[in-house]
Amino acid sequence: MQRLAALLLAATAPAILAPPAAADDPRTAAVTALQRDFKPRGIATMNFLVEDGVQAICNRTDDKPPKEIAQRLEQDQLAGIRWPADGKLVGDWKSGERIAQNGRGMTWSDPANAPGGGSCYNCHRIGPQETSFGTIGPSLFQFGKTRGSGPDMQRYVYGKIYNAKAFSLCSQMPRFDHVGALSEQQIKDLVALLLDPGSPVNK
Amino acid sequence: MADPMKIRAKLDGDVLDVRVLMAHPMETGQRKDGAGNLVPLHFIQTITAQLNGRPVFQAETSQAVSRNPVFGFKLKGAKTGDKLSITWTDNKGDKRTDEVTVPTA
Amino acid sequence: MTRTLALCAAAALVAAAPVPQAAGQTKPPAVERDATTEEFEKFRAVLEADNPAELFELRGAALWKTPRGPKNASLERCDLGLGPGVVKGAYVQLPRYFADTGKVMDAEQRIVHCMVTLQGFDAAALAKQPFSNETRTPDPVAITTFVAGQSRGMKIAPPQTRPQEREAYAVGREIFFYRAGGYDFSCASCHGEDGKRIRTQQLPNFTRPEEAIRSYQGWPGYRMTGGVMHTLQWRLNDCFRQQRFPEPGYVSDSLTALLTYLAVNSKGQVYKGPGIKR
Repeated sequence: MQRLAALLLAATAPAILAPPAAADDPRTAAVTALQRDFKPRGIATMNFLVEDGVQAICNRTDDKPPKEIAQRLEQDQLAGIRWPADGKLVGDWKSGERIAQNGRGMTWSDPANAPGGGSCYNCHRIGPQETSFGTIGPSLFQFGKTRGSGPDMQRYVYGKIYNAKAFSLCSQMPRFDHVGALSEQQIKDLVALLLDPGSPVNK
Repeated sequence: MADPMKIRAKLDGDVLDVRVLMAHPMETGQRKDGAGNLVPLHFIQTITAQLNGRPVFQAETSQAVSRNPVFGFKLKGAKTGDKLSITWTDNKGDKRTDEVTVPTA
Repeated sequence: MTRTLALCAAAALVAAAPVPQAAGQTKPPAVERDATTEEFEKFRAVLEADNPAELFELRGAALWKTPRGPKNASLERCDLGLGPGVVKGAYVQLPRYFADTGKVMDAEQRIVHCMVTLQGFDAAALAKQPFSNETRTPDPVAITTFVAGQSRGMKIAPPQTRPQEREAYAVGREIFFYRAGGYDFSCASCHGEDGKRIRTQQLPNFTRPEEAIRSYQGWPGYRMTGGVMHTLQWRLNDCFRQQRFPEPGYVSDSLTALLTYLAVNSKGQVYKGPGIKR
């Protein structure tokens, strides 16, 4: 996936991949400093400091990549989503609420191989009872009620949680299944939280 | 001796508004340290205040009071130049006394 | 007259714009949020009146004057940028370039440097457990709190006259916007816009002085949770943990660059001294 992205970049926008002008340009100096000063700890290993294709393009374009490049890379990400084999995209909203509340996972203070959560309430308003919600992302309150909960919407919500960058290349939202933070079942349960007519989100 | 207190005394007429910031771990005896061991009970048991050597205030406190507590009380009949001294003692026998001179109002 | 009318018209247009709301939706908790924020602010004002951070300023002042370490020397000849032993006003003029080390240093980095060079303490030992917990406050934390308190009421003014200082700012800016880690977060993901919060924690926008100061001035800060004294070194460490990055080195140059960016972005704002937090 990343190789394809790199080839696309080379073909369409060579200027973006031009090597840094001088050894002491701030970007190079910053990356060198990070590599030198940071240490791995717990599950947070040094590879996490190296930009992957999406991070690289977003960092170099201030999160505003050229439209053609963004669209091609979004399509690539979309093509990389592994949809559930059983074709079911909606799980249990009660479990979804717990996953949305859980902010653990992927930090150096989290154990390896232990399921984390989606940290959803850190950024979003979701259920009606939870007033301790963040405002970094848009409100998801009444999501299914206002946007519908048919197969197309289920596919969008599932895909967005799996890999948010498939829909908006430089979105601030993490790519939860792409990076292995959430499992297939966990995403299904979050889809239910947002779309199930029985979920408090849609009452 | 234990860490110093910070005493603020403000005169309003002849009423002295006193606020004392005390440095003390105030362990409840319920907390577990990083290794899982219970941290022993360690808390301020008495606080006394003296004005020019004469006792004017005494309080008995429990482990329910939080770490590095702030203690406030008002005192009538104080004037500029008076010596206000505060003493605390804890359950381990440790104590601390600090003194301030009452400033002009 | 005309201006007022124009403003009224504009306001009316904005008010009339349809806000997408499903039928039967409960009123968004904007009112509750304001009341909550107000209560928090009242609470904060009471706390700030008697901040336990002052106890650590006292402790730091004693550590500054006391001869300690293998060299049995005090820190009274430590140069924080305004000359040996000058503490008043030094904190708000950091980070800055130091000729003796040939690099830009922030307050805690410089204090550790003085503890090592003047007093003979071991840098690796100081870096081993550099952050406070409920039973222990490391000496550099108390000293940094003391030094910061000596800049109380002064305007933030880190110099940007040397090329190294300007480079530190530029590198800090790159780090601030560098998206990486398992969640693709940069500092800017949370701190790059006005009016955002994570759960109920307000997130100041570090790219604007009026906003950047709201964060910068809170540190060093006494945290009520656990009753611990923390500096910016702790705050940045914990930010990178939550950003899903690996761990930055204590008083490392990457953090100094980032602190230079933050301090310069707070330039001109008044530093109120060590803060207090939930």
